Amino acid sequence: MSYSKKVIDHYSNPRNMGSFDKGDDEVGTGIVGAPECGDVMKLQLKISGGVIEDARFKTFGCGSAIASSSLATEWVKGKTIDEAFEIKNTEIVTELNLPPVKIHCSVLAEDAIKAAIADYKKKNNEG
Amino acid sequence: MLKFPIYMDYHSTTPVDPRVLESMLPYFSGKFGNAASKNHSFGWDADEAISKARAQIAQLIACNPKEVVFTSGATESDNLALKGVAHMYREKGNHIITAVTEHKAILDTAKRLEKEGFEVTYLPVDSDGLINLETLKAAITDQTILISIMLANNEIGVIQPIAEIGQIAKEKGVVFHCDATQGVGKIPVNVDEMGIDLMSFSAHKIYGPKGVGGLYVRRKKPRVRLAAVMDGGGHERGMRSGTLNVPGIVGLGKACEIAEKEMIEEELRLTKMRNKLQDYIMTELDEVYLNGHPENRLAQNLNISFAYVEGESLMMGLKEIALSSGSACTTATLEPSYVLRALGVGSDLAHSSLRFGLGRFTTDEEIDYVGKRVVEAVTRLREMSPLYEMAKEGIDLKSVQWTEH
Repeated sequence: MSYSKKVIDHYSNPRNMGSFDKGDDEVGTGIVGAPECGDVMKLQLKISGGVIEDARFKTFGCGSAIASSSLATEWVKGKTIDEAFEIKNTEIVTELNLPPVKIHCSVLAEDAIKAAIADYKKKNNEG
Repeated sequence: MLKFPIYMDYHSTTPVDPRVLESMLPYFSGKFGNAASKNHSFGWDADEAISKARAQIAQLIACNPKEVVFTSGATESDNLALKGVAHMYREKGNHIITAVTEHKAILDTAKRLEKEGFEVTYLPVDSDGLINLETLKAAITDQTILISIMLANNEIGVIQPIAEIGQIAKEKGVVFHCDATQGVGKIPVNVDEMGIDLMSFSAHKIYGPKGVGGLYVRRKKPRVRLAAVMDGGGHERGMRSGTLNVPGIVGLGKACEIAEKEMIEEELRLTKMRNKLQDYIMTELDEVYLNGHPENRLAQNLNISFAYVEGESLMMGLKEIALSSGSACTTATLEPSYVLRALGVGSDLAHSSLRFGLGRFTTDEEIDYVGKRVVEAVTRLREMSPLYEMAKEGIDLKSVQWTEH
C-alpha cells in the first residue's frame, strides 16, 4: 500500500489527537467502527453556541483511517454544527487521495462527525 | 553499521546467497545448453549440472536424486502433487485431507478439485496451530487418496508433526504430500523417516533464485504416480514437461548444499536472535500475544499480536523495516489472516499482528534496533488508540455495541 503525502503527513503529525472529558455537556463524542473490522474512530467536538470550537480524535486503524479522522478534526473546527454535518466522505477521499480500498476510512470519518453531533444534541436535548 | 531498510520478511522471500549466484552465472550464456540435448557437449554440460543439483537436493532431504522433479516453484509443485494424485488415483477414491492453515497454493487447488467432484476435508487446528492426529485418523475413509499437510507454516512458523502424520498415512495406505516450502533448508528433513511420499519446496525461500523449485516424488514403497498437469516433451519422467531452467536449478542445488552444511548452526543463531526480540517486546509492552506454538516453530519466525493497534498503521510507523502483517488492510480482500483466525485469534487481534521473519543475513544490531522501534511505534499508536484508552478505563471492549461497517 503506498500512501499519499497527505496521509503520511497526518499519520506522522496527527492534528488534534487526544480526548476531551466525555461528561462535559459541551462535548459531543462519536465512536464508530468495530475492532473486528480493523478500525474504530473516536471523534469529540467541543461546541459552544452552535459553533465547533475544538475537536479531538483517537483512532485504531490503518494510516488512512488515522489521516481521515485527523483531517476531520481540522475541517470541523470553526464550523457550525449544520456546516459540519454537511462534510462528505468524498471530500476527504479527494483531499487525501485515498485509493478505492480505503474509501471506507473516509465514510467512517463522516459517520464519526455525525455521531459526535448526535451525541451533543442528545446531551443538550436538541435531538 | 545498520543498513536501511532492514529486511525482516524472510518468509516472503530471501536474497540470493552470493555463493548461489556465483554457481549460477556460468549457465546463462557460457554453458547455456538444453539439458535435454543428448547429442552434443552443450547439452551434456547442462545435464551434468542438473544431475549435480539433483544430488545436492537429495542429500538435503535424504532421497534418491531420481526422485526430484523440477518445477517453477512451490505453487506449481503443490498443484502438481494435488492434481497429479487426484487425477491419477480417482478410480481408487475421491477424498483428500488437508488443513485450514495450509498455503493458498494448497487450499485453492483443493477447492478446484472440489469443483471437479472430489471431496476435501479441511482439518481444523488447535490454538497453537497444530493439527490433532486423532482428528486426522478419524477423517480418513476408504475413499481417501491423499493427505496434504505442510511442514512449517508461512505465517506463524508452526511445525506440524510430520513423522507422525506420515506414519498414519502409511498405515492407512494413503499418499502423503507435504508442502515443505518453509521448512526445507531450515530444519532437518528426511523423507523416509518422515514417511513423506510427495514434498514441495522452493529455491527462493532458501537463498536461491525465484522461479524454480521442486517436487519430491517417491519411487519405491510406494511408487507414487502423478498425472501431469502440463503436456509437452515428457521431461522429468513425464511428470513435468518443459525445458529445464538450468541456471535456476543449479542455484537451487547450491542453495540446498549450503543449507545442508549450515542449517543447524544457523538455526541455533536465529533461535537466539528471535528469542531476544521476543523477550524484549514482551517485557517492554503489555498485552502482546505470541501467535502459534511457543516451541514447535521455526527459529526464523516470530508472529505477535499487539492489542489495540492495527497492523498496517504499525507497519507504516516502521517503514524502514520490511515486515508483514495479518491485518486485513494489507490485502485486497479486507479479511484478516485466515491462518490466525483458524487458531481462534479474534479478528481484532488478527488485525493487530506482525510477522517477523529472520534469516541468514539478520544481525544482532538489527534485532536490537527492530525491538526498540517496535516498542516505540506500538506505544505511540496506543496513545492514539481509542481502544487502548477504553481498556485502560476498565471498559470491557467485548461488551461494547460496535457499529459494524
